[in-house]
Amino acid sequence: MNAAVSSSSWSAIETAALRSDRFRLDREADWKRLEAIVTRMEKGRLRGVSDEDLLALPGLYRTVASSLSIARETSLDAATLAYLEALVQRAWFIVYGPRSSLWEWLRGFLGGGWSAAVRAIWLDVVIALAVMVAGTVVGWLLVSHDPEWYFSLVGRGMAGDRVPGASVQELHGTLFGLSKENGMSVFAAQLFSNNAQVAILAFALGFAFGVPSLLLLVQNLAVLGAMAWLYHGAGLTLDFAGWIAVHGTTELFAILLAGAAGLHIGRSLAFPGNRPVLQAAAEAGRRAALVMTGVVLMLVIAALLEGFARQLVDQTFGRLVIGGFMLALWSAYFFAFRGNADSATRVERRR
Amino acid sequence: MSAAPTRLRRWGKDRILVTPEGIALPVTVASRGARLGALILDLIFIVVLMIGSTLALAAIGGGVAGLGRELRSGSAAGQALQFLVIVWIVIMFLFRNAYFLFFELGPRGATPGKRMTGIRIAARDGGRLTAEMVIARNLLRDIELFLPIVFIASAGVDSGWAWLAATAWFLIFMLFPLFNRDALRAGDVIAGSWVLERPRQKLEAAMSVARDAALGPAIEAARRGYQFEEAELAVYGEFELQALERVLREDRQQSIETVYQTIAEKIGRNDGWNDEKAFLEAYYTQLRARLESGMRMGRRKADKFS
Repeated sequence: MNAAVSSSSWSAIETAALRSDRFRLDREADWKRLEAIVTRMEKGRLRGVSDEDLLALPGLYRTVASSLSIARETSLDAATLAYLEALVQRAWFIVYGPRSSLWEWLRGFLGGGWSAAVRAIWLDVVIALAVMVAGTVVGWLLVSHDPEWYFSLVGRGMAGDRVPGASVQELHGTLFGLSKENGMSVFAAQLFSNNAQVAILAFALGFAFGVPSLLLLVQNLAVLGAMAWLYHGAGLTLDFAGWIAVHGTTELFAILLAGAAGLHIGRSLAFPGNRPVLQAAAEAGRRAALVMTGVVLMLVIAALLEGFARQLVDQTFGRLVIGGFMLALWSAYFFAFRGNADSATRVERRR
Repeated sequence: MSAAPTRLRRWGKDRILVTPEGIALPVTVASRGARLGALILDLIFIVVLMIGSTLALAAIGGGVAGLGRELRSGSAAGQALQFLVIVWIVIMFLFRNAYFLFFELGPRGATPGKRMTGIRIAARDGGRLTAEMVIARNLLRDIELFLPIVFIASAGVDSGWAWLAATAWFLIFMLFPLFNRDALRAGDVIAGSWVLERPRQKLEAAMSVARDAALGPAIEAARRGYQFEEAELAVYGEFELQALERVLREDRQQSIETVYQTIAEKIGRNDGWNDEKAFLEAYYTQLRARLESGMRMGRRKADKFS
């Protein structure tokens, strides 16, 4: 009995009256070790966890999970069961938590995950593209029938010199000769912040079955159509195209994708198919979130192009080349680039 | 799949979550109050961070007053200021959009506010919580929270309809969690995530061992004195066993006496007088041994009525 008084675990196992308690004492060391690791990781001290413990974590998790399964079938010790349930849950949070390396995720994202997600919502991209084209045409037609529409679409504050009836000279001045202006970089950062917020809005509005996303696309593109009409009237169509194309191929592409992502969610909510609505929404939401992360990246690039390239390249041909190049680049990346199959499937699998 | 958890159902917030290993885990959905508290805490943190970084940048920039004038001059000081303004715009954008992302992508799956209220996010299907989920649920936050707040603030009460519309929008999303079982907000629906309470449970000593080791042979000998007949053990089931375990762990003299009297009366014994605790411990151990050996044979007795 002396050994029992000194509470060595071996003798405790010997003296335990119940088989389920002996089972417990046999495995308690593993449980405690897992708990210690989990507690340290929960406190955010990842560096305090040794490599050895990190490697052992998944194995320990499965050991304890199987202990829980066995205990449920053989033990009636409520305290042990509650402890095991809590411990397995905590370890599950860690083992199946967000992957620790954001960097690795980003690599998989750029190396195929993003373009795969865009391809997965191709139908929505096509619909959004049709809506955008329609929006541009509507804007053009409205203004060509009644120039008063121009002000309700563009707004007087934003229009500035660009009003119907302005001389060719004035309109030309709004397109060229701004390279001397200061504060370009601030302008670019503001553009990005603003555009990103609009894109996020287009995506988030998909929650209302996608209708507001499409309306937002129509509204934005109608402005473009109206301005195109204005410059067309002054015979500056090509110059205007160049002015827009520098950043527009990137920015409009990003807005297209954001609208498509919103539409994708809306569509899955309205027509979930054979799946439960919640599951359909969750699957669509995750796919769309990937696209949206990319959209924010594209908007950064668009803002840089708008803030710098457009002001520095002061002639139409150069602008068109830059715009065309960006368009070709994005199209190739999204629709031709299959990426690193390994990383792409990893993103796919983990979804 | 293993059997359902044996823990007693506590309230309507308990759910069963099945891990990829096929183990059913009981989880508790975080209360709406805790989530509101977490959100308010996070918003306070964000505002404090925004004000702090703005003040810090303003201090670096040497006062806000001359900012506009300096920006337009092409001097070196103007360039430096431009850079500061860019940093400021980017920081504001990040605080608004990346604060929740950054913290919920960490191993703790919780923002500081959530951590303080003891809750965290998890995947609803029991699988891995992915970065896409966290991104999706936080992008939706923009229309749920920030946008209507900006609308309400910019519209003002006197503008009638606009204010009413913005407030209705705000309320629809704010009240969304009240109208579904799992207190999901719109972002959770889209992402396939939910917010759970963080479990905390210490491992308590095994009933049949710990006391022996600590108190020595005297009690062990005393306990051996009580032997119960098969018929005396057959009256109770698992539910009563766990109730008895709770009483023994709490170790309050009064409830032990009450329980002793109930049991003694039921099985018709009175030899445990003035030694109630040892009597109950012996009864507990033997009842558990009996029920557990029944379990191994596939016979379970849920309570005294079955």
